[in-house]
Amino acid sequence: MVPSLTGSGSGLHVAPVNTAAGMVCRRVFARRARAPIPAGGCMAEYSVFSLVRHALSGHRSWNRAWRDPEPRRHYDVIIVGGGGHGMATAYYLASLHGVRSIAVLEKGWLGGGNTGRNTTIVRSNYMLDENAHFYEKSLQLWEGLSRDLNFNVMFSQRGVLNLGHSDGQMDSFARRGNAMRLNGIDAELLDRDQVRRMVPYLDFSQNARFPIRGGLLQPRGGTARHDAVAWGLARAADRHGVDIIQNCEVTGFEMSGNRIRAVETSRGTIGCDRIGFAVAGHTGHLAAKLGLRLPIETHVLQACVSEPVKPMIDSVVTFGVGHFYVSQSDKGGLVFGGDLDMYNSYAQRGNMPLIEHVISAGVSMIPSLSRLRVLRTWGGVMDMSMDGSPIIGLSPIDNLYLNCGWCYGGFKATPGSGWVFAHTIATGAPHPLNSRLSLDRFSRGRMVDEPGAGPFPNRH
Amino acid sequence: MIRITCPYCGPRDHQEFAYVGDATLTRPSDDAGADAWYDFVYLRDNPRGPHLEYWQHVHGCRAFVKVLRDTLTHEVLATGTAADDLVAGGR
Ligand SMILES: Cc1cc2nc3c(=O)[nH]c(=O)nc-3n(C[C@H](O)[C@H](O)[C@H](O)COP(=O)(O)OP(=O)(O)OC[C@H]3O[C@@H](n4cnc5c(N)ncnc54)[C@H](O)[C@@H]3O)c2cc1C
Ligand SMILES: [Zn+2]
Repeated sequence: MVPSLTGSGSGLHVAPVNTAAGMVCRRVFARRARAPIPAGGCMAEYSVFSLVRHALSGHRSWNRAWRDPEPRRHYDVIIVGGGGHGMATAYYLASLHGVRSIAVLEKGWLGGGNTGRNTTIVRSNYMLDENAHFYEKSLQLWEGLSRDLNFNVMFSQRGVLNLGHSDGQMDSFARRGNAMRLNGIDAELLDRDQVRRMVPYLDFSQNARFPIRGGLLQPRGGTARHDAVAWGLARAADRHGVDIIQNCEVTGFEMSGNRIRAVETSRGTIGCDRIGFAVAGHTGHLAAKLGLRLPIETHVLQACVSEPVKPMIDSVVTFGVGHFYVSQSDKGGLVFGGDLDMYNSYAQRGNMPLIEHVISAGVSMIPSLSRLRVLRTWGGVMDMSMDGSPIIGLSPIDNLYLNCGWCYGGFKATPGSGWVFAHTIATGAPHPLNSRLSLDRFSRGRMVDEPGAGPFPNRH
Repeated sequence: MIRITCPYCGPRDHQEFAYVGDATLTRPSDDAGADAWYDFVYLRDNPRGPHLEYWQHVHGCRAFVKVLRDTLTHEVLATGTAADDLVAGGR
């Protein structure tokens, strides 16, 4: 049996509702946030009662969800990058480590980077210990995140199913599934009939180019609402006194010895004691200003959403031959994506041939997709590391901490990344959960390479 | 679509090519030591702007083509053979 990590009864466990309405998230009106909220008083700001109260006044008197402060001269900790990771780091630094003076500097708008561009899949189905324990911690944080933030991040544990199409693939699924269970993570190996019962709309016909043999399911995996994650974290961090400063690009650094004394920004120079980078695809660009070269390349990844349709896909399904994965949003659009465009890019947009490739893989997996229209496509720039695993920890500069190398899987890491990064910045040393995800693993030959693809960032 | 001018075949769309990667790296000698090899295998400049890179013309003449391309705009600034020194604006 699968070891159950959810059964504590304490989490909100926003489960998908298995009704005709399909994947509608159960709404969660949380009670009181656990941490003391200075400005909010004793009633939770967001509850069914406040909703009714504000409805009666025409929704004109809601408070700003977060302040828009002018940057101060100096902060104890500066986090560069206002995506999910930066916000989560600031939130945990303030709420768990008692750091009082924190700024998050964001060059554009909050959550406008990959946090707002991803396909929102959350899972912890990793084989290697370094990744498994870290992502499992993150998944556990997701399970309590809506209540913790008093903000419904619409985390929906609808299950993540990887399809297997050959004996070799099923063997490797069995290996990974067993590794997951040994690490206390839920995993189920499904045969063809079980997959068919779960996702009958796949191509199970005689003509299927890649017949489905079975699959590996992580029932606790699922999706979350990306914007809600950014907004919920921002609001919670703001209530703990974090200054979220948007339209503030870090453009350079003032050094004293091997320390960063201040950052130069589009809104003036700001001093800091410690500084953390959480800028995803822009890490290389920013590090170059410090003369650092990193084991990272920046690549563009695209995704698409279809016109909205009635409930059809109530889990996350990934193709096992081509690179294709799909889920259905609460609005009904099928959200899907595939591979990188493959060439280095900071462009936040890709090319059509890759979209065609992704869709042909999708149609081969789910023939009925051919009837759907694509509503939008977009791209985000990914920090692809040389072994496909993240880098969270110390840097060659004394007071600089790095959070990067997320490849195209960093959304699921959002709370876990913030949690270990906050610990690392607060204590000056990595937490056991990220100590093996250090930058120096590359020079020490301790790569964390899940697929065994070697030092080619676009192959991970 | 990115259009890449192969020095042998002329302008072709990038679908005919396989991306190889950074063309500024020089393979160290076998006995160069761990630091030089670490540099070569793992570290990249990863510039936002002009990037010197190799693409292989796999669906054409199969030559390795050197390309100077802007990673922010995808504009191809120059192309040449693997041995050419490229400068923006021409070969
Ligand atoms: C198409 C696509 C699909 C994806 N699908 C998934 C998925 O299904 N599941 C999953 O787990 N992950 C997925 N990812 C990956 C995931 O989105 C990222 O790994 C994650 O969101 C990274 O979060 P972040 O906070 O580190 O980065 P971001 O959200 O990108 O935040 C970094 C911020 O830093 C800012 N910044 C950059 N430079 C500067 C500067 N000089 N000064 C100030 N600010 C700066 C940027 O504006 C940006 O807002 C996907 C990504 C993409 C693009
Ligand atoms: Zn050619």
